[in-house]
Amino acid sequence: MNKQIAIEDVIATIPDGASIMVGGFGNPGTPFTLIDELLKQGQRNLTLIKNDANEAFIGISKLIENGQVNKLITSHIGLNKVVIDMMNQEMLDVEFHPQGILAEKVRNAGAGCYGFLTDVGLDTEITDQESLINYQGKTLKIESALYADFALIHAHSADCYGNLVYESSAMNFSPLMAMAANKVIVETSHLVPATDLVPAHIHTPSAFVDSIVDLALSTHKNTSAGI
Amino acid sequence: MDVTKIIKRAAQELVSGQVVNLGIGLPTKILDHIPPELDVFFQSENGILGAKKISENESVDPDLIDSGGAHINIREGASFFDSSVSFAMIRRGKIDVTIMGAFEVDQEGSLANWKIPGYFSPGIGGAMELAQKTPKVIILCSHNDKKGNSKILKKCKLPLTAKKCISRIITDKAVIDVTNEGLVLKEIAEGLTINEVIKQTEALLIIPKNVGTF
Repeated sequence: MNKQIAIEDVIATIPDGASIMVGGFGNPGTPFTLIDELLKQGQRNLTLIKNDANEAFIGISKLIENGQVNKLITSHIGLNKVVIDMMNQEMLDVEFHPQGILAEKVRNAGAGCYGFLTDVGLDTEITDQESLINYQGKTLKIESALYADFALIHAHSADCYGNLVYESSAMNFSPLMAMAANKVIVETSHLVPATDLVPAHIHTPSAFVDSIVDLALSTHKNTSAGI
Repeated sequence: MDVTKIIKRAAQELVSGQVVNLGIGLPTKILDHIPPELDVFFQSENGILGAKKISENESVDPDLIDSGGAHINIREGASFFDSSVSFAMIRRGKIDVTIMGAFEVDQEGSLANWKIPGYFSPGIGGAMELAQKTPKVIILCSHNDKKGNSKILKKCKLPLTAKKCISRIITDKAVIDVTNEGLVLKEIAEGLTINEVIKQTEALLIIPKNVGTF
């Protein structure tokens, strides 16, 4: 059960129009090499789901700037003036959620559920009256689970079965997205023998992962790292 | 405006034992003004409890940033977790104090700090959940905007981040508490009179017998 695959082959399975979750909060955890391959292959009409838009000219910003993305579902894009301008010029559809609500929508899909109830943002303009219900004596908002066709994930370490370990603040949305997407594609800078990973320290168990790309073999390496 | 004065005054709000979230911008600068013995866990919404300012001689870990994108370090006792756990911590009220900036605040304690329609709309980030769910929300802002208009209003005009969420407002001119009775003027900046502060504040201020200075 070896899930290792060539980056060209696995990214080629992503069709035009796909919805793709992308791990990362700013640079840490962003799968830069998988993104660069998607840029090279040029799939279009994509919906991306990521906490932020990276900074201009790196990460998913390259895909957006290249016109491959129709819609971005995100929390905050304040560090990317290029994408903010594209949004304001209506070249990109942007859907904002409170950060923890976005995380929970992804987590909820990852748990095989269809939504949850919350009071976050009830008194603000982000709440649509049609999404409110009365439940146990409280007025609450229905938040639907957020699924996706693919997730692109960067893991610090992985084994050939797809067990994943993340590093410090590079974890962020990655374990949630790895559960919520139908197909999970992972790049790792440390593809190690399974015996090197401690079972109790694994963040994402192998069953959630479909494909592993070894960055040590990748021709274009992790080029965009570093703030 | 004396930004350092606001930051130094805000630093006095922190006491050992607290879990604290600092917003991007002014609040993060508080880290430059806290004593080394202060035993506080700083939470960063990207999945860190126990964030610490990085010092010049420490090496940078590219995987370790705070929610504003700055390289940081961690203290002893720190932990890392995913974004759903991070916001579970926030929505369950496990953060004792959050300190954030504001475009407008009002005398009901409501906050507007995420959007200026047609001008600034980078997204919500963690602001709504932090403002709505943290037991103690402290706001740092200039007392007046560049045209001299009060940022402390009778009623916020901009889209709200959260309603009736603020505990304390610290500006360059005053420290103001939000109470059930209204806004109470606790302290004024040295060199100002109470009347000068009242004049520069749109919201109604309750003036107690003793008003301190800072």
